[in-house]
Amino acid sequence: MDLSLFPRDLFAELDRLQRQMQQAFEYSPSIRGFPRRGFPALNVGHTERSVEIFAFVPGLDPATLEVNLERGVLTIAGERAGELPESNDKTIVHIDERFTGRFRRVVTLSDDLDSNAVQATYRDGVLHISIGRQETTQPRRISIQ
Amino acid sequence: MTEHSAITRDAPPEREQPALLPPVDVIEDSTGITLFADLPGVPKERLNLHLESDTLTIEGEMGLDMPKDMIATHAEVGMPRYRRVFTLSKELDTQKLSAEMKQGVLRIHIQKVEQAKPRRIQVNVG
Repeated sequence: MDLSLFPRDLFAELDRLQRQMQQAFEYSPSIRGFPRRGFPALNVGHTERSVEIFAFVPGLDPATLEVNLERGVLTIAGERAGELPESNDKTIVHIDERFTGRFRRVVTLSDDLDSNAVQATYRDGVLHISIGRQETTQPRRISIQ
Repeated sequence: MTEHSAITRDAPPEREQPALLPPVDVIEDSTGITLFADLPGVPKERLNLHLESDTLTIEGEMGLDMPKDMIATHAEVGMPRYRRVFTLSKELDTQKLSAEMKQGVLRIHIQKVEQAKPRRIQVNVG
């Protein structure tokens, strides 16, 4: 169950396995699944007031990124052009690991999101999307009479 | 970051923390070697390039803008740093190394030493 886009070193690998054993039961099953080595890699978190999504899409012009939110389903799509020259007698490509081409990732988020309170920023190659949750669904302390 | 001052010419710290291995592209042409590395989340100030004899270490620490009370529910990038080490070959001139960081992509160019650049050898027919 390799969920990461980036391979790790050996010690990190052991650390990760241990963590995954602990986390295995915490993942919520999603019909869209979490694709292996999908591009871009995604981290998702939440606070009481918002849902935070971090998409690791380095080297893009933010204007070419397509982000859609519809009924709790978030879609991130775009294209990353290849920078590699054609190999010929003067140029040799020794390593070719970076992702190129079109990408699309779809994440199911909860349906208590406020689609009017969305903020998206692109910095250092990470797209950070913050979506506010609706007031009514925010946890409230219930006072005991 | 194009200036050489950002490159430290000493060994990386002894005790290494676990890190992600960033994907790279490496292209060689007659002028030298160009390397591209994906380091999303790493601001320029948190990028470290170590050069020690013929070993180049790329290290970067992420600086994500996470709310303090955030609880992570799904993480594909499970560590906040990247590291990758390369062994350079003799014909590369480490004094002529330039690096540039743009939107999470690091581009390094290392020139070849003058005498290592390809030269067409004239074959005389006797």
